[in-house]
This record gives sequence, C-alpha cells and structure tokens, in this order.
Amino acid sequence: MSTGTGRDRMLASIKAGISRQAERRHGAAGPAKPTPLIPARATAPGVDVVDLFRTMLIAAKATLDEVKSRDDVPAAVQKYLAANNAEARIRLSPDKRVSSIAWDKVPLLEISSGRSHGKDPTSVTPAVAVVAETGTVILQSSDQTPTTLHFLPDQHVVVVSKSQIVGTYEDALARVKRGPDGGLPRTVNFVTGPSRSADIGKILLMGAHGPKKLHVIVVDEEL
Amino acid sequence: MSMVPTSNAFKDNATGALKDAPLQEALGIARAHSIETRRNTVAKLPEFEQLRDIGRDLKNHVIANLDTYLLQFEQSVIDRGGHVHWCPDGDSARAKVLEICRKVNAKTVTKGKTMIGEEIGINDFLFANGIEPVETDLGEYIIQLRGETPSHIIGPALHVTKAQVEETFRKAHSDLDPQRNLDDAATLMAEAREKLRAGFLKADVGITGANFLIADEGATTIVTNEGNGDLTQTLPRIHIVLASIEKVVPSLKDAMTLLRILARSATGQEQSVYTTFSSGPRRPTDLDGPEEFHVVLIDNGRSSYLGTEFEEMLRCIRCGACLDHCPVYHSVGGHAYGWVYSGPIGALLTPAIVGVENAKPLPHASSLCGRCEAVCPMRIPIPKMLRHWRETEFTRAITPPTERTGIRFWAFVARRPKLYRLATRIGARVLKSMAGSRGRLASVPLAGGWTKHRDLPAPQGKTFHELWKEEQGGRS
Amino acid sequence: MSSQPEAAQPLFKPGANVALFVTCLVDLFRPSVGFAAVKLLEEAGCKVHVPEAQTCCGQPAYNSGDREMAVELAKQTVAAFEGFDFIVAPSGSCGGMIKHHYPQLFAEDAEWGPRAKALAARTFELTQFLAEQCGRDDFGAKLEGHATYHDSCSSLREMNVKAAPRQLLAKVDGLKVTEMQETDACCGFGGTFCIKFPDVSNSMAARKVATIDATGADLLLAGDMGCLMNLAGKMQRDGSKVKVRHVAEVLAGMTQEPAIGEPAIGEETGK
Repeated sequence: MSTGTGRDRMLASIKAGISRQAERRHGAAGPAKPTPLIPARATAPGVDVVDLFRTMLIAAKATLDEVKSRDDVPAAVQKYLAANNAEARIRLSPDKRVSSIAWDKVPLLEISSGRSHGKDPTSVTPAVAVVAETGTVILQSSDQTPTTLHFLPDQHVVVVSKSQIVGTYEDALARVKRGPDGGLPRTVNFVTGPSRSADIGKILLMGAHGPKKLHVIVVDEEL
Repeated sequence: MSMVPTSNAFKDNATGALKDAPLQEALGIARAHSIETRRNTVAKLPEFEQLRDIGRDLKNHVIANLDTYLLQFEQSVIDRGGHVHWCPDGDSARAKVLEICRKVNAKTVTKGKTMIGEEIGINDFLFANGIEPVETDLGEYIIQLRGETPSHIIGPALHVTKAQVEETFRKAHSDLDPQRNLDDAATLMAEAREKLRAGFLKADVGITGANFLIADEGATTIVTNEGNGDLTQTLPRIHIVLASIEKVVPSLKDAMTLLRILARSATGQEQSVYTTFSSGPRRPTDLDGPEEFHVVLIDNGRSSYLGTEFEEMLRCIRCGACLDHCPVYHSVGGHAYGWVYSGPIGALLTPAIVGVENAKPLPHASSLCGRCEAVCPMRIPIPKMLRHWRETEFTRAITPPTERTGIRFWAFVARRPKLYRLATRIGARVLKSMAGSRGRLASVPLAGGWTKHRDLPAPQGKTFHELWKEEQGGRS
Repeated sequence: MSSQPEAAQPLFKPGANVALFVTCLVDLFRPSVGFAAVKLLEEAGCKVHVPEAQTCCGQPAYNSGDREMAVELAKQTVAAFEGFDFIVAPSGSCGGMIKHHYPQLFAEDAEWGPRAKALAARTFELTQFLAEQCGRDDFGAKLEGHATYHDSCSSLREMNVKAAPRQLLAKVDGLKVTEMQETDACCGFGGTFCIKFPDVSNSMAARKVATIDATGADLLLAGDMGCLMNLAGKMQRDGSKVKVRHVAEVLAGMTQEPAIGEPAIGEETGK
C-alpha cells in the first residue's frame, strides 16, 4: 500500500477516535495543555547552582576538576589521564573553545582533531551548558562539535566555563545553537554521568557502550 | 511475522516460571533492587507527585489532539530534511523499513531498544529478508543470542542470571579463547562492548525507537543508559526511528516534564545517562551523523482505543515501574504473559493489540492490588482498565461458562437477602461440621483452587446476622 | 470522571446512627469480628444498626466483569444503607467497593450516581472511622504479645488507611507491634484471583509470610478477612505457629475465641 493511503487511514481513524472522545465528554471542553513545572531544586532563592552541579555530577558517577584559567586546562587533562592510566593522547573537538587552548604547553600530550572513528581513547569537547539539577552535560552536533566524540572514546573530557553552569534543562536548551532556519541541530545530547548498564544480573557497571568515564573541567574564566 | 502470543497459556506458563530456579533467582534480585531505588530517588524530588499530575494532563491533552500534533510533527520533520512514513499496522511498518534498507543495499542493521520494534517483530522480518539485525542494548543483545523475547520493558534480560549470560557468551563468541575467564559481570560486559563495537562500525542502517516525538521541533527522543542508541543512530548512513503514534508531545518544554519522571520511575535514577534529541539528517557541514532520517509512525490498533474506556493506556511512557512493583510479575516474570509486553501494562496492552480472545487470562492475572497505579508516573488506572477487559470478556461470553454460571447463581442469591441468610446459615454449618474440631479444612470439594496451597479456616458456626438477631431479641 | 466522591462528608457527633456493613466473610466465617466492631463503635458513642437488607457489596461480580450484577447489588446496598449517618465496614475491601467503585459504577447514572456518591462520602473502614471520625484510639484493650499488622491493598490504596490501625494498636496494653517489610505488597488473596491462579497466589503469600516471619511476631493482624483467611490458611498449611486475627478483635479485647483457623481451646490435639 502507498504511504498516502496509510496516512489517510491513520488520520481518519484518529479523527474518529477524537469524535468519540467529544461524545464521551458530553460537550465539555477537551483537556487543556498543562503548564510545565520546573522543580525548585535549582531555581529556589539562595540555591548555589555551582554547588548543586558539583554534588549532582558526582552523584551521577562523573568526576570534576576546577581550574582558574584556560591555560590550566592542558595540565588538568594530563593529570586526569595519568591518574586513570590512560594513554596521553586526545581527540580534540575542532571547536575553538577547546581547540584554541594552548595544548603545546604539555608537550607529551598527543593531539589530533576531528570526529572520532572509534580509535580514540579520550575526547576533549566543549558543551552547550552543564545543568545543576541533575549534573547533566548538554552537548550538540555542529560543524565544530561532532557527536562521535561524545560516544566512541573510553574517556570523555568536557571543558566548560563556570558561566556555562545553569540550573535547569530549560536554561540549557535556551543556549543550544540553532540552525539558520531556527531548527534544532541534528543532535542534542543530555549526558548524565558515564555509560552504564545493569543488564547482567542487575549489577550496575560503567562503560557499556559509551564512554566508561565522564570528566568535567570547569574553568573560572570564559572559554 | 510478529510473535505469536501464548498469553492464553498464562496459567501453565506461570506454573512453569514458578518452578524455574534461575528465573526465580533473577526475579528476587530485581525485586530487591528496583523498589528501593525508585523510592529513594522519588523522595528527593518534592514536586514528583505534581509532575505526575502534569504528565497525566499533558498526555490527556495530546491524546485529545493527536491528529493536530502528529501533523505538526510531520511538517517539522520535513522542514529539518527528514521523512515521515505513516504505517497503520505492523505489515506496512515492516514493509517500509525493508524498503528503506533495500534502497541502500543494507546487509546489517544495528538496533537500539525499541518495544514497538518487538511489537511488530521487525528482527525476524529483516532476518527472513536477508538483513542481519544486531541488537545493541546489552540486555537485548543477550536475549537475541538466546533466541528469547524481552521479559521486561526496560530490562529485557531481567530473567537471565549472570551465570546464564556467561554460558550464552561462551556459546555465541566461539571465536574467542574457550579458556578465558568470564567470572565477573564486568568482564562479560567488556566482551559484549568489544563485539558490538565492530557491529556499530559496519552497520548500514541504525534503527531506534522513540521515547517522545517533539511536534514543534520535528525531533525524536531516545533515553538510554548505555549509549548504544546513540552509536546506533550516529554511525550508519541511515537512521530509522520506529515510533508509535502516542509518543508525540507538543514541545521540548513538555518533554522535560516527562523526562523528570521517566528515569526516576524506571530505574530510580535522577536522570538516565543519555537523552538524545534527533532531528533530520546530518547538516551539510556536520562532521558526522546519518545522511537520512526516517520516522516510521505506527498505529497498530492504537487509534481504535481513542475515545474508549481503554484510551488511558495510551498515556504509558514505558518506564516499567508497574512491572517492578507488581507481585504477580515478581512471581512469574515477563515471559509468562506470553507476548511482547508483560506485567500490569502488558495485561492491558496485549489484549488491545493481539485481541482479547488471544489474551483471555491476562486481565485476570492480577489481584487488582493497585500497586501499579500507585507508582505509574502517568497515573494510568490499570486495575480499573483490567476490570474493563474482564467486562469485555464477560459481555462477549469469552469468560468460561462455569464461571459465568457461578457468578450469576451467586448473584441470584445475593439479591435475595432472605435466601442469602438461609444459604449462609447452611454454608457455615456445613463447613464447620466438615472441619470438626480442627478449626480448618485441608480440602473442600469444588474449592481445590483455594486448598491446593492453603487450608480453609472453618467458620465459627453461626452467621453474624443469625447471632445479631438472637442478640437483638435478647436486648429488647 | 473523578473517582473521588464529591458529596460533603458529615461530621461525627456522639449518638450518630452508624450502619455496620458486616461483609460476607465476617458474616459467614467470623461473626466475632462483627461483634467486636459493634462493641468498638458503641464505645465510641455510635448508635449501631445492622440493616437487614444487606448481603454482598457486589465486588465479586464487579471484579469478574459482570457489571450488570455488580450494579444490581450496588443498588441494593445503596438503598439499604443511605438512611444512616455513617456506613462502617470491618474491611477495606468492601469499604473500598462502596467508597471508591460505586461512584464509578454509576458515573453515567443521573439517579443512582448522586446517591452512590453521597453514600461513598459517608463510608469508612472501621479503624479509620474510630480514629479519624470518632477521634478515639484507646479502647482499654489488653493483650500480651508481639504482633505485626498487614495492610490490605484496598485499605491502603482505595481507603487511604495507614495510620489508624497502628495508632489504635499502639494503645493496646502489653502489645508490641513490629512493622514488616514491604507493607504495601499484596498477600496474594485478590478475591477470585487466588482460586484462578493458585500457584501464583501461593508464591505471593509465601513472600508475605517471609516478611511476617522476619518480624518475629507471633500474631498477625489485619483489617480484612480475605487477607487473613488467605494468610492463616497458608501459614497453617506450612506449619507456622503465628496466630491470625482481625484487628477489631484485639482492639475490642475480644480474643477469647480461637484465632482464625485454630481449633477451640482444649481441642488442639483433636479427636
């Protein structure tokens, strides 16, 4: 059957159902769209979103480092890799927020840039924002930020400035860079901690398919 | 092509499940784990109950405007460069997926977890048509190797013990050293990760499900913990989304309501690890992502329940909380239900999709204890709707004649208080005298269902109404 | 369609006319529970009535899909009870049928709908009525022992009974009460469910019994005869020494009758 007829049949059936609903309501108005509610956890007066982010990120089993300036990032990355017995080799997002960092300050670090093809132990990427309410990192696809860097490497290091810490998902979504038509990018990822699974005997393990470790470096200054 | 339901054999399936020691071990572990994690996480969000109300109202609103939102969704997907295919049933959906796969000569298809995919039996269909479907969710992968169906909406391999996973991997991964150590779960998972990585990289098409469809953005959403769904939809040339029609929500803001209750209800996490919004194919300057984006919208009988007493089941967001809290599910697991969906929501959906005559026992396979409704994030009145199925069976005379006659006979007596008094007086005396001085009965004619596993406490002798009358006589 | 009754709920005053919904199982198996309920209600200042026209609330028909008979029995019950200030049942299950399900049964019925709602608003489970409406929790009962209290699903989820029985039991002199784990889990009774699916029901009962045993209590109490008969029958079949009683018997100090399923005192060894 052609798609057209399938579409017509489905829409006709849905419309018939909607008529039945109207009959059952005896003329009363249909259910209105409710106003969304944003939990107070990250929005209540006096909440320190930076502090909340720290707590929630750790609760999600990710790790956190905080540095003063962009110039401190390479050393922080090197320290992280060494502490985790990871190769001193990173795949950088081409985005200038991380690519313009002075990586040559750490000569022992091997740097390459671009999307991942599955051979990179560690990626270093920027983010749209990070969200305090659940310790969630918000990422998007673009010509500078390939999605493969968010999923294929074993370690994913996210570098954000302190100003990118927001309270809620809604705050973060407002910062997604939309296309010229105003549309969302191909991919927006909410990432809350490293990949995990409890599918084997309900034993919770990190690193099922995505990164085994998620590390966030917060920089005091703008990136 | 989709799975033939064995739901009518629920009673025998259940008895078999109760004797299955590994299954009982697995169910015990799952039960201990899931209830407490959910409770603890929910307790940390004071607005949780309010969010449930809003979620329910939101879904009710969508269900009342389904055509509008689906059309808006379709237009938005097209605006982002994607394709929408409307498929009224499993046949048309399977044919559409095959057509898309054939167009690119696909040999392998990776799959994220999709319940609608299970519902329409997409794996068997693709396999029969020469395309290899590779399940990538760890649980789905395990059961695919074992030739099984999911036993839980979000934990498809919940019924499999660690020892059984080891056995399965040793058999399936025969290219690896048979002497290798697979003692712990981490090693097993690492082996699956390695095996599936190769699959991800060579697949031509990736198929995922959708937790939500965002009408105004033309985006589909998946929620996972493993990241398999993301590799599935990012690496191949084609991304196909299988989605049932009730998944649509008006906007991202509305999706946030559901996202704040889904993971908390499902796994007791504050948030699932990966929530991904996908719209259209990769943009011309993007460095990765699929070249084509197809959304296969599937009805498969759902629209016929709009405007009926069953429509509230369309609010379901497939979190599995009702399974996790169901004492029947705790006893028998998912496979006893005999089809794709199990537990309380399965007892509701299965008759709706495969026909109540093919799932007769399921609406009865519940003590109507109401724990499912108490935890359902969408506040679906599951017991009420199970009763509606029972009414449908009674009305259509699907209920066994002995049961119908029994109820009608009893109701005949109960509607005549004097006759009822007489019957209960006789009943109390007969049972009391059968019990003698023991205070209970080990077997009672026609009550084998009761006395199979329990004694029947004997009546005290006279009925309350009898004694009350005597006492009132004494009082006056 | 709201499942919550909208009719106003009257305030309790001493001397209120309270109709006892006896329940089929109390009537047939354990009238002593009915008398315990009468005693408690009278002590709380109620004038207790037992409408003669009552039989069954209709729940077995309702849960079996026989809506027609459920409606007939519901009408019979509404007519028999609507003349009283309050309706009290020593059962969350029958109480839940009247309070929660009758308004749904008659949702589209212009005559019976309002009558069912009005009745629903005045219907209570026994311990809930005593504690929350009469404001009484101490009935001067004494019982040396160690008990655990099982919440019936309908009490807990249809009638919102949780604190009341515990509050009342706390006032029983000499009685220690220990909570079992998973108090919100079903015991496997479920009316005809336990007869249709005996093996599944048995597995549910076994889990419940394990949580009862883990408390170390020697007395199991609950507010519903269905659960009590199921659990007494299960525990006795398995050789357990735990005694089983309806909570009303303990609260009313009426524990002279043998516990549920137990032989009369002096007849333990049998003939």
